[in-house]
Amino acid sequence: MSEAADPVNCDEAIVEIYQYLDGELTVWKRTAIARHLDDCPPCAQGFTFEIELRQVIATKCRDRVPPDLKRRIAEALGLDSPPA
Amino acid sequence: MRRSLGKVAAMADQEKFAELAMPYMDALYSAALRMTRNPSDAEDLVQETYLRAYRGFPGFQEGTNLKAWLYKILTNTFINIYRAKKRRPEQVDLDDTEDFYLYRKLGGLEAVESRRTPETEVLDQIPEAVVKDALEALPEQFRMAVLLADVEGFSYKEIAEITDVPIGTVMSRLHRGRKQLQKRLWNLAVERGLVEGAAPTVTGG
Repeated sequence: MSEAADPVNCDEAIVEIYQYLDGELTVWKRTAIARHLDDCPPCAQGFTFEIELRQVIATKCRDRVPPDLKRRIAEALGLDSPPA
Repeated sequence: MRRSLGKVAAMADQEKFAELAMPYMDALYSAALRMTRNPSDAEDLVQETYLRAYRGFPGFQEGTNLKAWLYKILTNTFINIYRAKKRRPEQVDLDDTEDFYLYRKLGGLEAVESRRTPETEVLDQIPEAVVKDALEALPEQFRMAVLLADVEGFSYKEIAEITDVPIGTVMSRLHRGRKQLQKRLWNLAVERGLVEGAAPTVTGG
């Protein structure tokens, strides 16, 4: 019962990077990659960079609805006032 | 009596819709901008999405994911209205970019001594407009996948449902779309003098 997660090497970890970061791997695979990252600073730094890149993309792609559009939609739906 | 009861129910629906759906307007508008790449089209798209969602709201199952439901309507509306304008399907010839493309370009994975600026610091300095341009430059199907995953945080399964493709397709679109996004970010950063780099190699148009 101890063969929890087979060790993975750099290439195997990198192939799964997106599924790992997206939280879309099985627990076993996830654990195996986490162990690899613990032992491999270059991979760990690369993964960290990808995480930060994603945060940058998410925060920099935010726009605010023009107030006028908010008003138009509220009116079209028959709502009294635009919601906050 | 029946009529006024119906009215009360309609009002309750209306209020509920407003309460639940209106908070997503900023997010939907941002997504609409990335999809249409044009503020006035984005406004029309969001307005149409809310009208359709409102009409469909009585059929919406409470307890299911409202955000995903709204994005599905947004996506379908976008495809129905805006893609119809386009005759030819977008040409997709994404080359396979290496792993950690941007990180490597920014000097990551090099010997520690030779490192100048921490790579992540450079990321913070990239202006919003550059990130938006890079994302908007991706071919539509890749742009949608990356937008839904990386900006909106949807799961593969949710993206599969929203865009109506199998999960495997979502994964491959994300994989290629993200790599391509890194390449475009790098090229834009070099073009605008944000980083020092060799002239970007021009790959088609």
